[in-house]
Amino acid sequence: MMTNPNGIVTQGQFSFLPPLTDVQITAQIKYALGKGWALSVEYTDDPHPRNTYWEMFGAPMFDLKDPAGILMEINNCRKTFPNHYIRVMAFSSVRGVESPTMSYIVNRPKNEPGFSLVRQETDGRNIRYTIHSYATDKPEGERY
Amino acid sequence: MTTKLPSDKIDIQALLKESHINEVLDELDKDLVGLVPVKQRIREIAAYLLITKARLQLGIEAAKPSLHMCFTGNPGTGKTTVALKMAEILHRLGYIRQNHVVSVTRDDLVGQYIGHTAPKTKEVIKKAMGGVLFIDEAYYLYRPENERDYGQESIEILLQTMENHRDDLVVILVGYQDRMSTFFKSNPGMSSRIAHHIDFPDYDENELLEIAKLMVSAMHYNLDKHAINAMKAYIQKRKQQPHFANARSIRNALDRARLRQANRLFNDAIKHKKETTAEDLSLITEADIRASRVFNAGLDDGLNAKKA
Amino acid sequence: MSQLNSNNETMKEGKDRYKAGVLPYKKMGYWQPDYQVKDTDLLAMFRITPQPGSDPEEVAAAVAGESSTATWTVVWTDRLTACELYRAKAYRVDQVPNTGEGTKTEAQYFAYIAYELDLFEGGSIANLTASIIGNVFGMKAVKALRLEDMRIPVAYLKTFQGPATGVIVERERLDKFGRPLLGATTKPKLGLSGRNYGRVVYEGLKGGLDFMKDDENINSQAFMHWRDRFLYCMDAVNKASAATGEVKGHYLNVTAGTMEEMYRRAEFAKSLGSVIIMIDLVIGYTAIQSMALWARQNDMILHLHRAGNSTYSRQKNHGMNFRVICKWMRMAGVDHIHAGTVVGKLEGDPAMIRGFYDTLLDDHTPQNLEHGLFFEQDWASLNKCMPVASGGIHAGQMHQLLTYLGDDVVLQFGGGTIGHPQGIQAGAVANRVALETMVLARNEGRDIWNEGPQILQDAAKWCGPLRAAIDTWKDISFNYESTDTADFVPTATTSF
Repeated sequence: MMTNPNGIVTQGQFSFLPPLTDVQITAQIKYALGKGWALSVEYTDDPHPRNTYWEMFGAPMFDLKDPAGILMEINNCRKTFPNHYIRVMAFSSVRGVESPTMSYIVNRPKNEPGFSLVRQETDGRNIRYTIHSYATDKPEGERY
Repeated sequence: MTTKLPSDKIDIQALLKESHINEVLDELDKDLVGLVPVKQRIREIAAYLLITKARLQLGIEAAKPSLHMCFTGNPGTGKTTVALKMAEILHRLGYIRQNHVVSVTRDDLVGQYIGHTAPKTKEVIKKAMGGVLFIDEAYYLYRPENERDYGQESIEILLQTMENHRDDLVVILVGYQDRMSTFFKSNPGMSSRIAHHIDFPDYDENELLEIAKLMVSAMHYNLDKHAINAMKAYIQKRKQQPHFANARSIRNALDRARLRQANRLFNDAIKHKKETTAEDLSLITEADIRASRVFNAGLDDGLNAKKA
Repeated sequence: MSQLNSNNETMKEGKDRYKAGVLPYKKMGYWQPDYQVKDTDLLAMFRITPQPGSDPEEVAAAVAGESSTATWTVVWTDRLTACELYRAKAYRVDQVPNTGEGTKTEAQYFAYIAYELDLFEGGSIANLTASIIGNVFGMKAVKALRLEDMRIPVAYLKTFQGPATGVIVERERLDKFGRPLLGATTKPKLGLSGRNYGRVVYEGLKGGLDFMKDDENINSQAFMHWRDRFLYCMDAVNKASAATGEVKGHYLNVTAGTMEEMYRRAEFAKSLGSVIIMIDLVIGYTAIQSMALWARQNDMILHLHRAGNSTYSRQKNHGMNFRVICKWMRMAGVDHIHAGTVVGKLEGDPAMIRGFYDTLLDDHTPQNLEHGLFFEQDWASLNKCMPVASGGIHAGQMHQLLTYLGDDVVLQFGGGTIGHPQGIQAGAVANRVALETMVLARNEGRDIWNEGPQILQDAAKWCGPLRAAIDTWKDISFNYESTDTADFVPTATTSF
């Protein structure tokens, strides 16, 4: 159990809110589609803050008109990885952006062990910090 | 405006007005020549959808009905045009969220190797979600002669989606009547999920002439009296020939007549130094039509014959 | 100058033009109403208040002259140069609306001046400013002078690095998308020991903020030397990062007396794994450019506090508009700059602030007089600079902040976090919940401008800290008239 006020990993746009319902997720997808953004569903069992590349649950979805197709993939992903972190990301291809524009978590493990902070004392009072995912103490596929 | 009354009554008139589907039906009448039985069926389906909507609002009906359809008929009989109108009706009545039709054939759905088909079919389904998926020549999905054909995999995914995502997607299967019958016989699951079958008859000669006139005016050309007669004769002859594709054959014939007209005007102007008027530019003459190989017992469609 | 009001024509080149003595600037070629502006010209627009009785065109020519090649008298050595080219050309003078006779304000004029690209050294804000705002502001011919806007040609922009990191890469590094970032300045600004200071940082970040911040005047004083602050702050940052699973940062202020010392502090921040450092505007343009180069070499986000700017940007008739500072700072290469809040305690008209934000964030800003943008500006793919809104803002204004400022902004709630009745973590929670709730609602298509207060009330039902924040600051607003307002206003704008 993590000790921050929410007791969970707070990455993404909406981690401080109660878990989003499918209706709420659909509204967010609609917003992204309205902006012409592509969407993707990604999952991981290592939520380290600098673990950039979560696994892609299929390639990003381009040219979709309606949120239902993306929600279908989210639910397929949830079914396949019920105890992983799953996030929805939006991507803009507009010149000057060409980068993610949204990211929010839509599924979490039941228990989130969080991270330890490893302090390596170096010269003088300097310290080198390592953030360590407790989950990664176990091999891939056995973490949650 | 709300159509729901406090009691157990509902104002169908208002519901109809609010949905504006009459406009779509009128457009259908206006834009499409002939097709009387088809238009009749569309009106029936529209009425059914409207009444079902009322039943849903009053709570008599709990779940949205299955709306998947099958359009059968020969090429060029207006199936795609009607599908677009159907999408509009469904959209206006709130049965689909997006007024869009994603049109595909077997190649878009079925892959070439193991593991290729499921993602392809899902990709198409995701794109069509919220609207209408129009599968042209749908019978090609099933190829009994090839035991290891991946079409079956695509059919299963489609079936699953048609069942589980009724609210998200309407599938319209399209093809020749006889081949679709064979397809349904081998895929009873698919047959049972189709709520509405509509058969598109071939056009008769008068209807085809009407279509020709409509097309000519849409292209901003004119036919004089002799040209109309020539067109009539052309239709008679062409209908007897193989690969006749109804309205599509008419369009092809007119496209070629335009080419001949251009060539004629060009020669008149350059070789014979004739002046060209605005009227000349718009007129397709008898000669432009009669030059067709159809009148020499040849096939007019040339290279396009197979496609048509 | 006695000849100020003489005839308008430029004298022909040749003997007469270069006869020893004093000539009106207009006659020396600094006034060219027919001049065709080139794409490569650098354009500047000054608000001039001439001395009573002076010809505004002559004053405009004088400004052009003094900010380029002229001196007070004719010099024959001009003739050894392509002086026609190097002379700046005042090409347009308009009276400022609502000034002059019949108004409360004495007559002011907008003077447009074009400068040849070759007048400026590439990649040097110092050189650029030495011309444009060098001598000219002290000239007797003008009673007051204000640099309102500039158009920097693409050719010149390409000689600048631009923001070391930029908004896009900053978000990628922080892994934070689709919402404003949240920050807070550690308070009290002065007096905390390093150990106590780090406590505030830890609480704020763990509670849900993305950034904490040093204030502009916290450097290395008797109560806390810089290394102590850096060590304690980075322990707080890393501990908060582990506690939340998010990338966190603290703007470590490396401002110091010399470049050598600033580099030393920046290196130390890097060795401790900080993602961001901070400098103050008062270190000077050259020092800022140097730190921007360093930041790019060292994967560091560079935050700029605009300390000192109001000494010359606030008064409407003299100094320079802040939008010009925004342009220069984007060129100089900072990643963050404080650019106003609209609703907070510091000066700021909503339309003007929109203009600052667009200047910092757009690929291309069209001319927009209502927002104070006098020139179209192509930004030549220079990175975007993140505006920072700081000063007297709180969670209860979230709908206004999001509407006015959009997603690409750091919202700094200093007092609004640390002053929370239930503690700093609760303050941070209140801000983050208010923000996420509002972004969610906006994306859902709700009218947050009008429904905002209700949306916050609804969230406060399940979020105690937000409830407390709203109750504490519900009546706080800063209703003063802005001094820096647009001269072209179709409808009145208000400042909250």
